[in-house]
Amino acid sequence: MTSEPAEALSGRPAPLLSRLPLLGLRELTLVPAIVLAVVIGALVSNAFLTVDNLLNILQQSSELSVVVIAETLVLLAGRFDLSLESVVGLAPMLGAWLIIRNVEVGGSGIGLDWRLAIAVVLLTGAVVGAVNGFLIVRLRLNAFIVTLAMLILLRGAQLGTTSGKTLFDLPDGYLYLGSGKWASVPVSIWVAAILYLAFGLFLRFHRLGRALYAIGGNAEAARVGGIRVERVLWGTFIVAGMLAALAGLMLTGRIASVVPSQGQNMIFYVFAAAVIGGISLNGGKGRLLGALTGVLLLGILQNVLTLAEIPAFWIDAVYGGIILVALVLSRVTGGQAEES
Amino acid sequence: MRGEAAAPDTADAAGAAIAEVIAVSKRFGRSQALTNVSVAVPTGDSRALVGRNGAGKSTLVAVLTGMLAPDSGRVRFGGADAPGLAERQKWRDRVACVYQKSTLVPTLTVAENLLLNSQPTGPLGLIRWGAVRREAERVLAGWGMELDVEQECARLTVEQRQIVEIARALIQGARFIILDEPTAELEGREVRRLFDRIAHLQRTGVTFLYISHYLEEIYEVCRSVTVLRDGRVVAEGPLAAMPKERVVAAMVGEAGRASLAPGRVASASIAAKPALELRGVTIAGTAADISLRVGAGECVGLAGLAGSGKGEIGDAITGLIAPDAGGIAVAGTELRRSDVRDAQRKGVGTVPRDRHARGIVPLLPIAENMTMTIADRLGPAGVIVPARQQDAAMRMVRSLQIVATSVAQPIKELSGGNQQKAVMARALASEPQVLVLHYPTQGVDIASKEALFGIVERARAGGTAVLIISDELDELAVCDRVLVIFKGRLTREFTAGWDSEALVAAIEGIGHDERTG
Repeated sequence: MTSEPAEALSGRPAPLLSRLPLLGLRELTLVPAIVLAVVIGALVSNAFLTVDNLLNILQQSSELSVVVIAETLVLLAGRFDLSLESVVGLAPMLGAWLIIRNVEVGGSGIGLDWRLAIAVVLLTGAVVGAVNGFLIVRLRLNAFIVTLAMLILLRGAQLGTTSGKTLFDLPDGYLYLGSGKWASVPVSIWVAAILYLAFGLFLRFHRLGRALYAIGGNAEAARVGGIRVERVLWGTFIVAGMLAALAGLMLTGRIASVVPSQGQNMIFYVFAAAVIGGISLNGGKGRLLGALTGVLLLGILQNVLTLAEIPAFWIDAVYGGIILVALVLSRVTGGQAEES
Repeated sequence: MRGEAAAPDTADAAGAAIAEVIAVSKRFGRSQALTNVSVAVPTGDSRALVGRNGAGKSTLVAVLTGMLAPDSGRVRFGGADAPGLAERQKWRDRVACVYQKSTLVPTLTVAENLLLNSQPTGPLGLIRWGAVRREAERVLAGWGMELDVEQECARLTVEQRQIVEIARALIQGARFIILDEPTAELEGREVRRLFDRIAHLQRTGVTFLYISHYLEEIYEVCRSVTVLRDGRVVAEGPLAAMPKERVVAAMVGEAGRASLAPGRVASASIAAKPALELRGVTIAGTAADISLRVGAGECVGLAGLAGSGKGEIGDAITGLIAPDAGGIAVAGTELRRSDVRDAQRKGVGTVPRDRHARGIVPLLPIAENMTMTIADRLGPAGVIVPARQQDAAMRMVRSLQIVATSVAQPIKELSGGNQQKAVMARALASEPQVLVLHYPTQGVDIASKEALFGIVERARAGGTAVLIISDELDELAVCDRVLVIFKGRLTREFTAGWDSEALVAAIEGIGHDERTG
């Protein structure tokens, strides 16, 4: 793919103004698919194109979308984190467990203030990320297997702590992120939108964000270039854990309780959204905006399948099939055949 | 498999060379790797193939082993034309090469590797593991080699790995074996045993083509020699009639002598505080007690063979590896051990050894690759202001005359020479006091080479201390002094106006080889 440019860049003034492109075409390849899904949705049900339903789609996608940010950070740096979905469950459960006074319904009896409990939730995510980082960066264990083991461990810990009980009757403050509204739009949508904006800019315009691309693209070259590879990776796992914990808090707020299975199987959809959105599993490639289109496509599809009255037991199968088609489409429309 | 090998289409099979290339030429892009090369290795001979880096040795080996098709010319084995490139099995029947890198499957046992895909099978096509083990043992013993065939290949020593690779070639039926720098990683006693083994195999009719940088060795192992320079055969004949001086002279050639800068006066005086100072740097197993000083505005070469430890010394200065002992200082300030960022902050810039592995992030834009070392200076609080990154990149593109359509282009789309300039730009971006350059003109065309030397010259005129780590004569020619490192120790120092044959001899370790002598 070596190009032989006709003239030296230094010779002409014109390319001087050529800005680093803000949007590549790659990020927009899912837009036709999203449009198609919306059209089908509108045809299938009158209820689809209503403000309430669209907000509903966004709200239901908001938790997933925040975990997708977390996974995107890790994937860009060329690593994996499967344990994020268990943090989505465990972190808010720990907070709720500390708040609830009644031991009978699965609480700790401590009665922690909800503000402190939220701090505990985020701290839990950070600690899990730090442990993952230690095992993967310091001990150089394989990220896939480390985070898989962590996933199983945390799921078990969550069940063990509450003996499988669903925790409910939580203070409003604790549930606010998933239940409150700003300007009649759910807070969780605002939070997701702000995070996408902030992390999108971070990945584009901050040297740590760029360091993730460099590490995922060629860690050795990044090291020679003066990037503290280990430190950045470790930080990435910690931030990813905190984002997953925040997503868990949003989910708990929306359903006003913590069920023992909270977050279960979410990681599959996280990976699906990121990959059909153009994030490379090999690291160093992809944009957050692309991942967002992946999330939106999955959210819309889920909604359309429900409205289309596909038998509930078959929804997952149809959903999986559509994800496969989306993968193929994104490869075909993505232009250049990328190395897998 | 060997039985069906094509019958010779010529009658002169008797006395025909076991392997032969006839008038072979090969070109890669703009560089001519081989020009009209003819080499014939008679059966039972052991031939040395020598030449400096880039002389065309690897290309010739690739042509001889069927990994590359020559642009013109022919390859013949035992008087018959070589099989088509796709017929890997037929090539393996005729020739095998033991490379410096392992070609064994590391997770399988010695026996499995020896009989891979030809394991003895029993009823239902199931593998008989007992027979696999016995067969492997029988083969090794038959060739006078001993090894536990049950062990995993990942755990073999370099010496044992070579035994397995040679045995595998013999099992395939090859009687012509190419050894590519087999002693580079061996200890003295292992070298001894390797030579004994080669002698033993020679007596049983195996022919060797032996590639080595250690000239002392080839006089011990080989009967004849072929010298390549710039893709041509420049000398050939029995070693008995070829003294070392003639071999070295042929390797260096006239051009090498002429390209030397005529006695440039060492302009730099080493001040009380040298720009770069190494005191007794020791890296276990690679370098021992290296002390050197480079003054501001001075250009010093560190020359040595692959594996001499010169690359590791460079890596220790740039903070990529931690020395086991000794200290490194830049302008009197000690560097922290193994801390790339610290070295950079204190004024070290580097062009790493392998551009693809360590120099570039292929998918990222040129601008980003070049400004990686100064990412923290492009805006407040770690923010990278695109305009500032763009400006910095454009300045570098202009000053280094990098040819690109836009600095937003992924760097992988640039030509090799321009990629190398971009890596140089990255090193220079932080305005270093010390430049550590590993083979700064590796794999670039003549024009880029000149340009890169010009850039080095400018940096040095501006007071930067330059350390060039290389064994290329034209790269060393720009140096005020050259220090020679052989097997981890500094052995000689040459000042401007040196004799290049003496320099090459020192690099090749002539007169310094205690191992085999």
